[in-house]
Amino acid sequence: MTPHEPLVRWGWILDHADEIWQRLLDHVALTALAVGVGFALSFALALLIRRHRRLRDPILWLAGILYTIPSLALFALLVPVTGLTRLTAEIGLVSYTLLILIRSILDGFASVPAEVRETAIGMGCTPGQLLWRIEVPLGVPVIVGGLRVVTVTIIGLVTVTALIGEGGFGYFILLGMQRFFSTPLIVGAALSILLAILADGLLVLAQRWTTPWARGGQG
Amino acid sequence: MNPSSRRTAPALESPRGAAKVRGAAVEFQHVSVQFDSGQSSSVPALNDLSLTIPPGTICVLVGPSGCGKTTTLRLVNRLLQPTRGRVLIDGRDVAAMDPVLLRRRIGYVIQQIGLFPHQTVAQNVATVPRLLQWPADRIRRRVDDLLALIGLDPAWARDRYPAQLSGGERQRVGVARALAAEPPLLLMDEPFAAVDPIVREHLQDEFVRLQRALSPTVLFVTHDVDEAIRLGTHVAVMREGGRLAQLGSPGELLASPADDYVARFVGADRALKRLTLMTAGALACAGPPPDASMSVGELPTVRAAATARDALAAALTSPARGTLVVDGSGRRVGVVTIHAIAAALAAPAAAAAPVPAEPAASGCLVGRGAAAKDHRDTT
Repeated sequence: MTPHEPLVRWGWILDHADEIWQRLLDHVALTALAVGVGFALSFALALLIRRHRRLRDPILWLAGILYTIPSLALFALLVPVTGLTRLTAEIGLVSYTLLILIRSILDGFASVPAEVRETAIGMGCTPGQLLWRIEVPLGVPVIVGGLRVVTVTIIGLVTVTALIGEGGFGYFILLGMQRFFSTPLIVGAALSILLAILADGLLVLAQRWTTPWARGGQG
Repeated sequence: MNPSSRRTAPALESPRGAAKVRGAAVEFQHVSVQFDSGQSSSVPALNDLSLTIPPGTICVLVGPSGCGKTTTLRLVNRLLQPTRGRVLIDGRDVAAMDPVLLRRRIGYVIQQIGLFPHQTVAQNVATVPRLLQWPADRIRRRVDDLLALIGLDPAWARDRYPAQLSGGERQRVGVARALAAEPPLLLMDEPFAAVDPIVREHLQDEFVRLQRALSPTVLFVTHDVDEAIRLGTHVAVMREGGRLAQLGSPGELLASPADDYVARFVGADRALKRLTLMTAGALACAGPPPDASMSVGELPTVRAAATARDALAAALTSPARGTLVVDGSGRRVGVVTIHAIAAALAAPAAAAAPVPAEPAASGCLVGRGAAAKDHRDTT
């Protein structure tokens, strides 16, 4: 770092406002796609496990393996196959969502009290009606809990994909590291953190809105 | 919140909510259930049970835990399958019916109630009508009628979540939900066990009135012999190993238990319990006119609708060992002495069997059930 270089040069931020906006949209798009696809995939796998109990261990084992691969190594392994593309980034990101999401969706279904399940079946709900009318709505708090962890994790992980030409705010972090220039590094990191906090807050609000019953109490 | 503001009196005169249904006949034919525990010599949960439940009656299965009463109940809506034997509803084997469609025709209430916590009271009550795809306005009318029927103000209760109700209110909503699609058969597994004794007694009385008004067949499980006597038109006492020990009316069971097990189970005070099945008015009408030697003015007074047990308590405190019985407007119905009560207990069980709860021409209120239970409500 050059001497007398300030930690943050505010002029740089103003000059790059457009690019910061672009990187924000990029960051949000990368995250939303990863969490969206990851959730759809996890939900389908959770339904499969719900129907075929014996698939639980192999599926969770596989998702666990994916979860343990270091992200850098995963991207390095994928680049020869899918190139320096957004697809590569998304494959990596999605694979990190699966373990937590599958587990929390299954836990959400399992959080339905036994007597509620018993009466639902006893009154003539089909397995499908039990799922959509009882297990999914009652599982929302647990499932959203998993979504929050995953969303915050992925927003952080998106910055790593800067190494393969994506990255959202990660681009600024990489730029700052390469040029020993602290302003973009700090801007990239700070905005990534703010985005994570904002997304987490929005999910909390969404959960409150979809579960008015959970507020409970004599009212 | 003032509890009385949110409740309306049970409105049995409601023409729509209280529409009678044709109760179903239920028959168990040599039914056994053996749970697969991996051992060849496991004790059966249910052993060769044969039982016929006439339409429109309340059959109470009572016994200690592990006697197979809940198993018996769950066979009817096919939550369990019998190992041997058949369960018939209106002569048709349930094994041949689609379990989902079968269950929608049977009301089901369990001890923990199992209201859906994410649905409002109205949505909970509407569960089976929605599964049956009733039109929305018919469902709305039915829900309001039922809430009024169980004594909850529809406007107050409709949009509340179960977590916002008291235990007794949740219990009522559970019963309303089970009754929603006018089922000919109701299965109830210790539905009142989790509420406190005072609320329980009130719920039991309300339930008997509801059952009389709607007349579905009810199969009711409890471990509480007092509840069985209070509610049942028939009581089936079961013993460990899933065997039926005795089946009879509450009066028969108390007057002539089949064996030591049943006698012990119904309790050493079974004579006193029998008295709760008779009204003071019925005894006064049956007995001789007041003895001229008795100074009526010095006798304690009980209402005709009071139980014979209350009459006995009053008679025991008076020097003449008798009590004066008066009707609702204070007119004399007759006198009951402890001798008359002893004579009534010595009579065969039939004397204690239910009799129509209609005021007789003489002004005598007779019959157990409605009269005695109404009396309890007002105290």
